[in-house]
Amino acid sequence: MSATAKFRENVEGLRRIAWDVAAKVVDPEVPVLTIEDLGVLRDVRIADDGVVEVDITPTYTGCPAMGVFTMDIETELAKAGFGEVRINTVLSPAWTTDWLSEEAREKLRDYGIAPPAGKASRRALFGDDEVTCPRCGSKNTEKVSEFGSTACKALWRCCDCAEPFDYFKCI
Amino acid sequence: MKDQLFAYVLRLADDAAILGQRLGEWCGHAPTLEEDIGLANIGLDYIGQARALYTYAGEIEGKGRDEDQLCFLRHEREFSNCLLVEQPNGDFAETIAREFFFAAFMLPFWTRLKASRDETLAAIAAKAEKEAAYHLRHSAEWVIRLGDGTGESHERMQDAVEALWIYTGELFEVDDTLATLIADGIAVDPEPIRTEWRETVARVLSEATLAIPEEGYAQTGGRSGIHTEHFGHLLSEMQYMQRAYPGLKW
Ligand SMILES: [Zn+2]
Repeated sequence: MSATAKFRENVEGLRRIAWDVAAKVVDPEVPVLTIEDLGVLRDVRIADDGVVEVDITPTYTGCPAMGVFTMDIETELAKAGFGEVRINTVLSPAWTTDWLSEEAREKLRDYGIAPPAGKASRRALFGDDEVTCPRCGSKNTEKVSEFGSTACKALWRCCDCAEPFDYFKCI
Repeated sequence: MKDQLFAYVLRLADDAAILGQRLGEWCGHAPTLEEDIGLANIGLDYIGQARALYTYAGEIEGKGRDEDQLCFLRHEREFSNCLLVEQPNGDFAETIAREFFFAAFMLPFWTRLKASRDETLAAIAAKAEKEAAYHLRHSAEWVIRLGDGTGESHERMQDAVEALWIYTGELFEVDDTLATLIADGIAVDPEPIRTEWRETVARVLSEATLAIPEEGYAQTGGRSGIHTEHFGHLLSEMQYMQRAYPGLKW
């Protein structure tokens, strides 16, 4: 193997390690989901100057968790021995709940948050999603408020088991 | 061209920042806990949009001004937000009417801006569109609930609609800056939105059993820095921290 090929292989190896480290950072507001589960982590590169470049995308433009993600990624990479880190916020393509994997949805349900119902598409002015209660599985639920504990969640209530719960909004 | 783009991004940023500030004033004062959270959440969406837009405006300007400097260290006459967003919260009905008129414009606006030749604006628009859909729905539901509610709530909602109506015409105003950028495929021409806006407003107000005000005089001036008397008071509160502690960072 030529020296250049070997060098490239090493860089790719480093990149993968850096990705795995960054991917473990969890959402402070939904601690069962990592930024990889969420689709917030978009790319990790090793730049020519050796700096680790991480691209993240916000779920909502005003999402206060972005600052925490940035700090946590820097901390985790530093702990893993990486030097300088550059974190870029990318806006395009716009984040959508469609990026949540089946596994991530399952984790949300286990945690007591109803995962987004259906595909994100342009919403009608009126009319609600059909949301399943994450505790008892009933579809007999009602919206309490469009806005819940964080920007990404709405507050719902189950009419069968009477539990209130968070619903991860479909956007 | 660069100057016009800077001015355009700045007015979008100012609209979002000022409305975000107004909604933030409700924090801890809203009529119910759900609404307190709701209004703060909507305000946060606007502040998020403003941050992305101010940051971009700073890059276009190229003088090293960041989001904080643009938002907190400009004077009243340098702000180019529309007059609607700076209007005081009033009672809950006025806050809802302001939100409804604005969101009914912004939703079709962002949808169109997604096709802008400016990639950054198109990217911000794609995110903001999803948020605007929620803002419109939230405010439209309240317009109906209050308009078609009790005698008292109906009267207050009607008063709010009439009080703010005069400021809605400015949303469709086209000045030279805007005309140039529309021709370049960067800015959105507000004129075609007018029909959609009127339809949304008419549909919601009629379902709310409210009278639709007649077309009439439109108060403008915000885009060129001529604001209503409420604006200075808003700025003095919003900018207090950066003025008192220059360069303060969270
Ligand atoms: Zn249940």
